[in-house]
Amino acid sequence: MSMHTMSLGQQSRLLGRYLLLMFIACIFIFPIVFMMMSSLKPDFQLLSDTASIRAFLPVGDISLDNYRAAFDRAPIGLFIFNSIFITATTLLLSLFLASVAAFSFVFIDWRGKSFVLAIVVATYILPFETVAVPLLLLVNKLPWLSSEGVTWGWLNSYQVQIIPWVVRALEIFLFVQYFKDLPKDLVEAARVDGASWFQIYYKIVMPLSGPVIATVAILKFLEMYNNQFIWPTMVVQEEGYRPIMVGLQYFFQLNTPWGEVMAYLTIITLPVLVFYLALQRAFIASIASTGVKG
Amino acid sequence: MKQVKKLGGALAFFLATSGTAFATTDLSMWYHGAGNETEKAIIDTIVSDFNSSQSDWAVKIESFPQESYNDSVTAAALAGNLPDILDVDGPVMPNWAWSGYLQPLPIDESEFADFLPGTKGIYDGKLYSIGLWDAAIALYARQSTMDELGLRVPTLEKPWSTDEFNAALKAAKDSGKFDYALDLGMAWKGEWYPYAFSPFIQSFGGDIVDRSTYKTAEGVLNGDAAVAFGEWWQSLFTNEYVQATQDGADRDSGFIEGKYAFAWNGNWAATATLDGGVDDVLFLPAPDLGNGPKIGAASWQFGVSASSKNPDGAAAFIKHATQDKYLAAFSDGIGLIPSTPAAAAMTEKYKEGGVLSGFFALSNEQGMVRPVSPGYVVAAKSFEKALADIANGADVSEALDAAVDEIDTDIENNKGYGH
Amino acid sequence: MSTSIKRGNVAGWLMAGPAFFLICLFLILPFFMAIWFSFTDQRLISPNEPEFVGTRNYERLFGMSLLTLDAQTDESGAVKMKDGEPVYPRLRSYTRDKDTYPEYFRKRQWFTIDRSDNRRTFVLASDIVFLKAVKNTLMFVAIVAPVQSGLALLLALLINQKVRGINIFRTIYFMPVVISMVVVSMLWRFIYDGQNGLLNNILGFLSFGYLEPVNWLGNTATALPSIMAMSIWQGVGFFMIIWLSGLQTIPPTLYEASRIEGASGWQTFRYVTWPGLRNTAILVMIVITMQAFTLYPQIAVMTSGGPLDSTQSIVFQMVERGYEKQDISGGSTISVFLFLFVLTISLLQGFLTRKKS
Repeated sequence: MSMHTMSLGQQSRLLGRYLLLMFIACIFIFPIVFMMMSSLKPDFQLLSDTASIRAFLPVGDISLDNYRAAFDRAPIGLFIFNSIFITATTLLLSLFLASVAAFSFVFIDWRGKSFVLAIVVATYILPFETVAVPLLLLVNKLPWLSSEGVTWGWLNSYQVQIIPWVVRALEIFLFVQYFKDLPKDLVEAARVDGASWFQIYYKIVMPLSGPVIATVAILKFLEMYNNQFIWPTMVVQEEGYRPIMVGLQYFFQLNTPWGEVMAYLTIITLPVLVFYLALQRAFIASIASTGVKG
Repeated sequence: MKQVKKLGGALAFFLATSGTAFATTDLSMWYHGAGNETEKAIIDTIVSDFNSSQSDWAVKIESFPQESYNDSVTAAALAGNLPDILDVDGPVMPNWAWSGYLQPLPIDESEFADFLPGTKGIYDGKLYSIGLWDAAIALYARQSTMDELGLRVPTLEKPWSTDEFNAALKAAKDSGKFDYALDLGMAWKGEWYPYAFSPFIQSFGGDIVDRSTYKTAEGVLNGDAAVAFGEWWQSLFTNEYVQATQDGADRDSGFIEGKYAFAWNGNWAATATLDGGVDDVLFLPAPDLGNGPKIGAASWQFGVSASSKNPDGAAAFIKHATQDKYLAAFSDGIGLIPSTPAAAAMTEKYKEGGVLSGFFALSNEQGMVRPVSPGYVVAAKSFEKALADIANGADVSEALDAAVDEIDTDIENNKGYGH
Repeated sequence: MSTSIKRGNVAGWLMAGPAFFLICLFLILPFFMAIWFSFTDQRLISPNEPEFVGTRNYERLFGMSLLTLDAQTDESGAVKMKDGEPVYPRLRSYTRDKDTYPEYFRKRQWFTIDRSDNRRTFVLASDIVFLKAVKNTLMFVAIVAPVQSGLALLLALLINQKVRGINIFRTIYFMPVVISMVVVSMLWRFIYDGQNGLLNNILGFLSFGYLEPVNWLGNTATALPSIMAMSIWQGVGFFMIIWLSGLQTIPPTLYEASRIEGASGWQTFRYVTWPGLRNTAILVMIVITMQAFTLYPQIAVMTSGGPLDSTQSIVFQMVERGYEKQDISGGSTISVFLFLFVLTISLLQGFLTRKKS
């Protein structure tokens, strides 16, 4: 329906609808705009601008000085690399282990399956925070194989930030729900043809699983990139392994440089935001396609 | 755990067989200054000077953000992963010593005879840590404000009494020129509370725990003197002399911008205040609230970890770092009070007649360390909560009782913390 | 026939094994450690050997007593009054006397019940802060879960229309979801600031200066609601998308039919849309409830539980005790409680949703 054929009433209703949509959009976006604009302003102006609409506008003494200062204050490049490395590794391992496990839960009959599945699903209601301190004592006793032979204790490493986070019940659950709706006969036919379980997994099932893979990847990405805060503080002492969220603490000194804080928050947020905006269709479509199964 | 630096196959072999005279042992060291460029630059200079001044030891430094430094040390101690040299906040030192993170300094105390009392970390009769500086708190004010309000300028010899202090706050409020009369730094959480505010309760005659036994807080944190303190503390907020919630930016620049008549702040803020254009700033001594004027003492100090295999090396570094020139460098860089009079004389601001020289006297005469007990770490949190609650309107006696119960339960849980 | 084709004990274990092993090692085993610690006096670090202490940690968390007192009377026997209320003896004389009243020792008043004829029952508890944390967490769940899912549904209905540019709006509404809660909490501190906060300035502007600035996070009445509002703002886009996906599974023919029947907008929603969303509703409620129970980063960044414990949460207390105060046994006791609590709620939710179908 084009604008020309609309009655006046229809037009004004459409206008009202857009105004409502835009008003709501403002509510969702204003803190983000405030953050980005503030990151360009010197401290005193940033604080005085909160009194007016200027808080959301790039006006006054605008520069990238805060960014320069932030990069001088903390090794931001290193932190971003660490975060992305930890996030990407966890994500890949997670996708593989969770989907393989879900495959066996849905397509294969094996002794103890229902028991194992029940335990896995039950851990969904075990928040990480409840086990953080005992886990710290535990990872400190675990062995690791490196070029220097077997070493004990995982503190100060990438693996301590990766491996405990690889598998969570939610991911397995999402895969299971998705696999349940795939046509069973495809799998059974391949089985009759003599395909191995693993062949069926990666030749038949995984190619059909785009949406759920995307969903798990997104949720895991957000969890790992955004929420790694308490755990790294506990297990990582060397600067070389610190992720980006821990870096925030570099900015809370006596006389907090608020402009730099805003710059750092923007730097933290930009990669996710770019990633999201580039892939937003896939983002939303995939969550939508896996979300409905109750 | 001697790690011999390899200089290349044959040479290393030669050195190793010809004796250990040329071998350099690595010493690890942790420091709380990540994110503070000036501080980092100074400590890096000290380390590189030390490393090039001799060939036995090579210090490698790891910097941490101050916010999570104590957490990182605790986690590392748990994992048996501590460095040789540790940076420790004065009041936390007894906890780390008792828990077995620290060993007594392998340096004779007489080496530090001229150091300010607050810079020496003594627990259980032994010296565990030594500070390159101390910090002191003063009541920031402007000469012009004092004149306008007709207030007597208090001195170390004759500080303000409770009544004078209250009257000054009232006068500031009644003048209508300020958002609030006093900036206590309510925006700062954590250690600031016991550091800055426990001297008030001590000046009233109470304390955080009973220092004669260190086994209870009963009667000390909730006795008559403490309740009197609590009532006074609450009156600061009910009279609207002080705001109970403050945002960080106001703490940083509120006094400079003239939002507050007075600010209870550390000497580290003095430089910023002078640079901010407050030419007539006065650093007034703490008021005498009945039991003598008091301010908190003890800041960050160096210690040697209990697990260090190289206490000699650690001691050599600490001796190196505590030279007057470095004390002066830190003082010039971040505005702290140098630990010795000789170092103070080398600085611009703390030498005789320097703008901040008053702080040196404050630290020396009014400084009082926080309770020297391993239980302090938990007691400090209970104290902080009680003060925040009272500021927000909680019943004074009930809030203090609750803190006493928490502290006493914790002491019992820890079987008296070895006292 | 098909069972034998699907049989595969070795393959099954090989494929599920690694994931199961990681879950056991990194979630279940530490949780059992936490259960064990909750019966000891384990400290994070201490030269004292940990000892088994039975249920002491649980008693300290949940210990409660009732104390009924008569109002004080003066010499003539008349009840003393102050501000129109009878005066009762101070609780201090009961709660600080270990020898005479061991059952009240170190307990604090939680709430009181007035009896007839100037008697009052004081409900005393050992750990008021913890009880407040439980209460606040429950409040948070009870308000955030329905409000967030309701608003998400409204947004989904709004966004589920075919107008030009709707994608842009959908993208914007979802945006806060991808931003870290730590970052969001930092930003909202500026919004909620008591003097110069953005919210106060906006409200002041809209009301022509009529509304006085509110200290949103510094006020016991507004602190928790402010954190709730921010949390809803951050997460609502996620649930909007889930609702949207549910909406799009409802066959268009049903809407067509209801239109032909002449149903009103509300009737269409009530009899076509809502029944089609049942499964989605269950999923949304479960996920929101789980998230709400682990309320932590907002509190840590914004209020640290204050003012006057009005924003304490279960997980915040758990971290505060277990890690900050180095009392692993105390923190672990809260962990075990939280698990049992969430388990109960989940079973209850499962039971309720099953019964309806």
